[in-house]
Amino acid sequence: MTATTETAQTRSLKTWQGINQALTEEMERDERVVLVGEDVGRPGGPYGVTRGLLDKFGGLRVRDTPISEAVLVGLGVGGGAVGLRPVVEIMFFDFAMIAMDQIVNQAAKFRYFSGHSMPLTIRTMCGAGGPNGAQHSQNFEAWFCAVPGLKVIMPSNARDAKGLLKAAIRDDDPVLFIETLGILPTRRDVPVDEDFVLPIGVAETRREGTDVTVVAIGRLVDRALEAAETLAEEGISVEVIDPRTLSPLDTDALVASIRRTGRLVTATEATAPCSIGSEVCALAVENCLSELKSAPVRVASPFINVPTPVPLAEWRAPGPDAVADAVRKVMQG
Amino acid sequence: MAESRTSTVESPSGAEAAQARYRLMRLSRRFEETVHEQFHEGNVPGPLHLSIGQEAVAVGAISPLRVSDAVLSTHRGHHHCLAKGAKADRLMAELLGREPGYSRGRGGSMHVAIPDIGLLGTNGIVGAGIPIATGAAYGMQAQGRDDVTVCFFGEGATGTGAFGESLNIAALWKLPLVFICENNQYVELTPQSVHVAGEIHRRGESFGMPGVKVDGNDIDEVLAAVGDAVARARAGEGPTMIEAVTYRWFGHYAGDKAAYRESDEVEQWRAKDPLVRSRAKLDAAVADELDASAEAEIQAALEFALNSPITGPDSLALDHLATT
Repeated sequence: MTATTETAQTRSLKTWQGINQALTEEMERDERVVLVGEDVGRPGGPYGVTRGLLDKFGGLRVRDTPISEAVLVGLGVGGGAVGLRPVVEIMFFDFAMIAMDQIVNQAAKFRYFSGHSMPLTIRTMCGAGGPNGAQHSQNFEAWFCAVPGLKVIMPSNARDAKGLLKAAIRDDDPVLFIETLGILPTRRDVPVDEDFVLPIGVAETRREGTDVTVVAIGRLVDRALEAAETLAEEGISVEVIDPRTLSPLDTDALVASIRRTGRLVTATEATAPCSIGSEVCALAVENCLSELKSAPVRVASPFINVPTPVPLAEWRAPGPDAVADAVRKVMQG
Repeated sequence: MAESRTSTVESPSGAEAAQARYRLMRLSRRFEETVHEQFHEGNVPGPLHLSIGQEAVAVGAISPLRVSDAVLSTHRGHHHCLAKGAKADRLMAELLGREPGYSRGRGGSMHVAIPDIGLLGTNGIVGAGIPIATGAAYGMQAQGRDDVTVCFFGEGATGTGAFGESLNIAALWKLPLVFICENNQYVELTPQSVHVAGEIHRRGESFGMPGVKVDGNDIDEVLAAVGDAVARARAGEGPTMIEAVTYRWFGHYAGDKAAYRESDEVEQWRAKDPLVRSRAKLDAAVADELDASAEAEIQAALEFALNSPITGPDSLALDHLATT
């Protein structure tokens, strides 16, 4: 971490470094916290997120597993049931498909059946951001938001990633923590305080505005903020809200903003059908119909699989222009 | 440190322990016969998978365990629950959809989990307990405990991918884990010959763990094999695969008439009744007393359940999460 600058209260970190710091601090704080996953040990994962942890905490607490995703999550469920606070890494979100039973049928229902906590954090990485193609780049966050008993978090920057991962590890429920590949190398000022923990279920207004509410998640938050700058020059005041937690969703904050502005654009890297964007649009229609001045618009990736070449993958993902165009559209309504 | 054992089998002497095990088998048999009757009375608002005929496996395998040891069970798990220390009355209440049930009557028999006594779950998904058992054993190892996990599954579960994955990890990490296949001959509605290649107890060999085949209707044989496997696991020597050959007297679920099998096959296996075999080793008068005591417990459990409030929508509080 030589390229970081340090101040009294914050330190500039890349997102992957913020995640690494959260893991390190929580494992130092609580010996029940363990990390389990493929390549999490010596290699530190494909992007270095878990670098250094094996040396610091040893092979029983930082456990490299075979390529066995279903059992990998089962290690977290069983470990969580007997007193650990496991952090399980599913390298790419796409591989969670192999572990669906353990996530959906087992982890998410343990408390409902037993009344006992299941302090399990499942970390995974999603989205485009490299030449990874159609089986290593998908956005499935909405699928998991449909599961009672799971919390789903998707941070948009290094600061939130650190604060929310620490919250997830300290939480007594199973939490799916989704790291967006596109933001892993981006920087933010991150509080140095080891007890910097952000609340789960609380959205953050990233920019205040009066004309349009843009609800953006993950990689699309910075793009929405960039669009808002452009639109400000055109005289359009955009409010950008980052839910951060997708389940439970901070419905009150979203509805209050949509009522205030009367216009809604959602922005996600996922495809539109049955997405978080769809959910927020439904909330707007259910709760704010009389205040809406125009029909909400979803900004999303086109309904096609992710191509492998980086330029094509980047073409597919919505950029600031797509968000700006959607805002101009709802302004005309 | 004194070992805290599952209360139902705690006993100062060998003879008394054998009596306790017999009583538990009788209790398990009567529990299932009673809920089966209640099913036909229309009082069981959910599916019911009976393991009558398999009592020696559950009781024999769980007897060597402490409260702090973990058990992962299956969709056919009443015997495992009772042997690990679940109370017959609360379990009966759960199956009858009543408020005092272990899951407030919401879960039914496939979704019982009582972590306080180490019962980490029956399961509605075939084979799903195997990865969780692997995780529980890892948790014990990572915490430096000398506790073990016992994982029950049927022969049908050996067809799942996670079975092989779990064996690999358990052997690789020398986890304190005992795999127990209750081979009851039928995978749902189909004989095991359609589902299972080779011999199950030998499947551990290629991963480097011992495989043992036992007569699952002989509680002493089960007890000895599991006792050895548990000792091995506690000593840090890793997992063992045990195949207990037994038989499911009834259909896959209550209401399944099991027309897919020959009647003389059932009769042949009923003649190997684990309860009769176990009872023959006891003094008849003592056995009578144990039968009466088990019967009284079951009747009290039934009365308790039937007199308890039926779980209604008010009970479906949104407590899927510890914190919101």
